[in-house]
Amino acid sequence: MAKVLMTGNAAIAEAAIRAGCQCYFGYPITPQTELTEYMAANLSRRPGCTFIQAESEIAAINMVLGASVTGARAMTSSSSPGMSLKQEAISYMAASQLPAVIVNMSRGGPGLGSIAAAQSDYFQSTRGGGHGDYRTIVLAPSSVQELADETHTAFDLADKYSIPVILLGDGMLGQMMEPVEFKHEAPAVPPVRPGGLRGATGRPSRFIRSFTSNPAELEELNWSLYRRYQQIQEKETSCEKFMTDDAQLIVTAFGIAARIARGAITNARALGMKVGMFRPVTLWPFPKDQLKELSKTAKYFLDFEMNMGQMIDDVKLSLEGSGDVTFYGRPGGVIPTSSEVLRVITRLYYQKGLNG
Amino acid sequence: MLIKTIFAGFGGQGVLSMGLNLAQAAMIENRHVTYLPAYGAEVRGGTANCTVSISDEEIASPVASSPTFVVAMNQPSMIRFQNRLQSGGIFFLNSSLITEQVSRGDLEIVNVAANTLAEEMGNVKSANMIMLGAFIKKSNILHIDSVIEGLNVALKGNKKLITINTDALKKGYDLL
Repeated sequence: MAKVLMTGNAAIAEAAIRAGCQCYFGYPITPQTELTEYMAANLSRRPGCTFIQAESEIAAINMVLGASVTGARAMTSSSSPGMSLKQEAISYMAASQLPAVIVNMSRGGPGLGSIAAAQSDYFQSTRGGGHGDYRTIVLAPSSVQELADETHTAFDLADKYSIPVILLGDGMLGQMMEPVEFKHEAPAVPPVRPGGLRGATGRPSRFIRSFTSNPAELEELNWSLYRRYQQIQEKETSCEKFMTDDAQLIVTAFGIAARIARGAITNARALGMKVGMFRPVTLWPFPKDQLKELSKTAKYFLDFEMNMGQMIDDVKLSLEGSGDVTFYGRPGGVIPTSSEVLRVITRLYYQKGLNG
Repeated sequence: MLIKTIFAGFGGQGVLSMGLNLAQAAMIENRHVTYLPAYGAEVRGGTANCTVSISDEEIASPVASSPTFVVAMNQPSMIRFQNRLQSGGIFFLNSSLITEQVSRGDLEIVNVAANTLAEEMGNVKSANMIMLGAFIKKSNILHIDSVIEGLNVALKGNKKLITINTDALKKGYDLL
């Protein structure tokens, strides 16, 4: 298929349809409304598929839970304040072992914040977000093409491990346009996951629920989730390394911040500075071994985020004291430029005596 | 070569469509391109701008700290973006709405009376396309035919709109 120029939001929606998403439930919020709009125009026309603009974010995510119970591929999307509202149901889905894809095109916070792009939902996304001992897989693409590709991955991982998957973008990725190519055709009939509840005719009845009054049973549920999370941590980490081979200073960044950092690094290289970048694509599981490996050749790390410093915790935990980590960030929906990050890199490079 | 352009004006002037058409044309010419819109919560009357980056290589940041070109469709945009342009950059001004002088001396100024010309053509809304035509001619980054081809995609084959926009585009292109 030829490339098309699309917003990140529309690309996710189109990719979801092609991944066999049967049910989409959403509630509009800037900067992700184009995703809901695209689904309204396109998913609702597909045979057997359901689009509902819910009365609230809470209703939308509970509709996703209900659709997932039946074995359908289900999805919702929102932005930061809306994501906070969805956390209760995400916790219920984690406990009920229900797959779903939940998109967060995050914006400035806390509170109602602003409609500008920000990355301050890292903690909420990677630490479970709701109550209870659980995790969700978190994917953080950094281009429109990757948003489309990772949407597909998100549905596959959700089904593979029966857990909710968060696709974490931001207002900029959602609203910017880039050429994108879709590698899959939409299935003629949406896939149905075995084990869903679609009537018990001819078989014993089954339950999908998150409540049990038996502590031993609940403990076992927690341990079984724990084992699954361990398996995910072993198998599903993904990251991108850029010019790290001879780098003395490594910038760690995710999502759109990594694009801005990349521009700065290219310019730093042109000035003769040995700088590289480490970008986790999976924020949970965090690719900690791959990052630790880099500390064998590089001693200095600059963590750059569009927040007050959240991923830096995972960077430090991964390095286990084997790197010197500095932070630079811009919270509140301010969009930093590559030249700003270049100034920070240059200052640090000289402060640490890396210029030889 | 990486070329970044900012289009700025107030909401309703078609500032985002200018950028979008340029981006679409760049894709038609198989270039790497990013289009980044920025606007307020208002529907009309607020400020709007977008950044289009065009390159032969993969584009890192879609944000422009010092663009090569800036197109200002109204006075507040001219004031806001005049210090962002890189030295030697080209500043396209909608002289129908901008009366104040640019305070920097190291820029090339291109005045286009976009609103006046659009009114003469009978549709003030096409001022953006007149400006885009002039921009394509002067900047020389893409072929005008690609922009016209892109218009067909953007306007989904609506013949009436395509004619109005193409005429305006050519009008601007032939000005310089």
